[in-house]
Amino acid sequence: MTDVLTPVLTDNWGDDRSWTLDSYAARGGYEALDKAFAMAPDDVINEVKESGLRGRGGAGFPTGMKWGFIPQDNPKPKYLVVNADESEPGTCKDIPLMMASPHTLVEGVIISSYAIRANKAFIYIRGEVLHVVRRVQRAVQEAYLAGHLGKNIHGSGFDLDVVVHAGAGAYICGEETALLEGLEGRRGQPRLRPPFPAVAGLYASPTVINNVESIASVPSIIAHGHGWFSSMGTEKSKGFGIFSLSGHVQRPGQYEAPLGITLRTLIELAGGVRDGHELKFWTPGGSSTPLLTAEHLDMPLDFEGVGAAGSMLGTRALQIFDDSTCVVRATLRWTEFYKHESCGKCTPCREGTWWLVQTLSALENGQGSEADLDLLLDQCDNILGRSFCALADGAVSPITSSIKYFRDEYVAHLTEGGCPFDPARSTAWAGQEVNA
Amino acid sequence: MTLTTETYDELRAIGARYPEARSGLLPMLHLVQSVEGRITPEGIEACAEVLGITAADVSGVATFYTMYKRRPVGDYHVGVCTNTLCAVMGGDQIFSRLKEHLDVGNDETTEDGKVTLEHIECNAACDYAPVMTVNWEFMDNMTPDAAVGLVDALRDGAEVHSTRGPRIVTWREAERVLAGFPDDLADEGPAAGPASLVGLGIARDRGWTAPHPDTDAGSGRTADSKQEAVAQADTGRAETETKQEEGSDD
Ligand SMILES: Cc1cc2nc3c(=O)[nH]c(=O)nc-3n(C[C@H](O)[C@H](O)[C@H](O)COP(=O)(O)O)c2cc1C
Ligand code: SF4
Ligand code: FES
Repeated sequence: MTDVLTPVLTDNWGDDRSWTLDSYAARGGYEALDKAFAMAPDDVINEVKESGLRGRGGAGFPTGMKWGFIPQDNPKPKYLVVNADESEPGTCKDIPLMMASPHTLVEGVIISSYAIRANKAFIYIRGEVLHVVRRVQRAVQEAYLAGHLGKNIHGSGFDLDVVVHAGAGAYICGEETALLEGLEGRRGQPRLRPPFPAVAGLYASPTVINNVESIASVPSIIAHGHGWFSSMGTEKSKGFGIFSLSGHVQRPGQYEAPLGITLRTLIELAGGVRDGHELKFWTPGGSSTPLLTAEHLDMPLDFEGVGAAGSMLGTRALQIFDDSTCVVRATLRWTEFYKHESCGKCTPCREGTWWLVQTLSALENGQGSEADLDLLLDQCDNILGRSFCALADGAVSPITSSIKYFRDEYVAHLTEGGCPFDPARSTAWAGQEVNA
Repeated sequence: MTLTTETYDELRAIGARYPEARSGLLPMLHLVQSVEGRITPEGIEACAEVLGITAADVSGVATFYTMYKRRPVGDYHVGVCTNTLCAVMGGDQIFSRLKEHLDVGNDETTEDGKVTLEHIECNAACDYAPVMTVNWEFMDNMTPDAAVGLVDALRDGAEVHSTRGPRIVTWREAERVLAGFPDDLADEGPAAGPASLVGLGIARDRGWTAPHPDTDAGSGRTADSKQEAVAQADTGRAETETKQEEGSDD
């Protein structure tokens, strides 16, 4: 039996100066690199395929298969781009990973670039996390000085340069083709597909884009083998992942576990929801994944389990809200976020998210009638699946799911002429003697 | 004021990091902010000149990204996360208390030019909610009182430390690091905050670990074909992105 928690990526986070090369190397860091160099690049790809690793950035596409799509007969240079834009509301795993152990990511970048035969890799970090940018810059610098980057790495004949690139504030740049636009110095608006990044990505060259946690998982897979990795997790969702609990639990934080753990177990480990309160609703994988409720506590948190419940595993961003929280307020705030972050390229999303905010604000203020709920669902219908990228699909998720589970609460806003909740009761300091 | 030749050299150095210089535009604009205190017409001209594109092109990019400011920013950019989770946990109360205390609105700067207040979106720190930032360094687990104490300390010129980072530098100095010119502060601050370590702590207490490296479950291959992978891949969001891969077939 696998243990309940399986620290791999988080295992060294408590070490003294864990972000330094010395600390990382003392634990065998950069040894997986030599193992990879002793293999043919295609064998590295196969190892990752066999492990069953699926993308940790939200979509869950098999990582090894993605690497296999790179057309090696294409004479253009190949690129690896690490998506370190982490901006999906609720998602907070890549940032602590890069803060505590940037070398895990750098080693993963080298092995992954070797596998896809890229000699240049980019780490695109959202700009609003200064110290994380510093730590990754330093790790890359240390890796160059130690000969893990640059020319003829470890005598393998393989060359790799890594550029750390800071973004400038735009949620949409987490979407992989918008990220490429940002990385080409343009407005971050998604690209039409095809062509797909694997064929024509950065500078129209074959490009692999992977999430930080996906790439950071690669050194351990190479070090311990695909069988080790796939001994964790469930049938189709292999391996470990970082589960991020936030909100109304006693001990919010990062819990690394095999895929398939349940929220019930995680909340138990986190000391339960706050005293005197009950779980009301939660997001399994960020705000773009439909809300779930207490009836889903025992559902396995893997791609299939959450999908079967009508939501998505996403980024395992478990935002927990107890019964002190108004679901309409929560939904309106997320909707305002999507409206603000809509890149403006397509009409259903640009105009649609604006209308959603209008309708929801009125409802939150107790204005309108129950028919407006159906209007809201209609508006969602006109956006879902009709927009250019998945941002808009994510925008309607909180609305449709909250109406599905909490229609009565919307109606209560209308009958009571406003929000029946006291926002002071949901704060971190509620019940304590802190002057708000 | 026109930019110095030194700044022009640095702008070119940023471009030279990339196979195509235009890729450097985002960091170049960070450098402009560090030198000019905001995105100025002169800064836009300089980027355009260095990259051989029009000022309108540069301007179009600068206005797309929220970290670029057209109005002067104070020494300290203070962010309050008011995305849903932080808002519910008290971010809304913190933000309104600060607006009142500093007598400014959103995205405005105090009269002494010290503090610019802005409500920000989820900053990937939800396990430390409610979260604030100063010049994009984390200030975790804030309260309205702590927030007032923080901005007062900043305005008094006291040395302030991030809860998960180094001593706070000025906004212009921070922008220089984002432009890719590191300062020497990477080794300051902790490896991780307490919330980042809770799961690890529990695992250590209970003796839980990942399986021994010799464990072998055989092949874990989850999908053998693109079609199967698409069928298996997570719904909604995944679809638009996984379907892409079908197109890269042959
Ligand atoms: C609006 C939007 C925002 C996204 N934000 C992120 C992000 O911040 N980080 C990330 O890794 N993936 C994000 N994604 C998913 C990426 O497009 C892409 O699927 C992912 O980076 C691929 O890496 P993976 O296969 O390793 O998961 C986002 C997608 C959308 C539609
Ligand atoms: S769906 Fe929204 S974010 Fe995506 S391309 Fe259209 S306008 Fe932009
Ligand atoms: S919601 Fe505030 S940091 Fe995520």
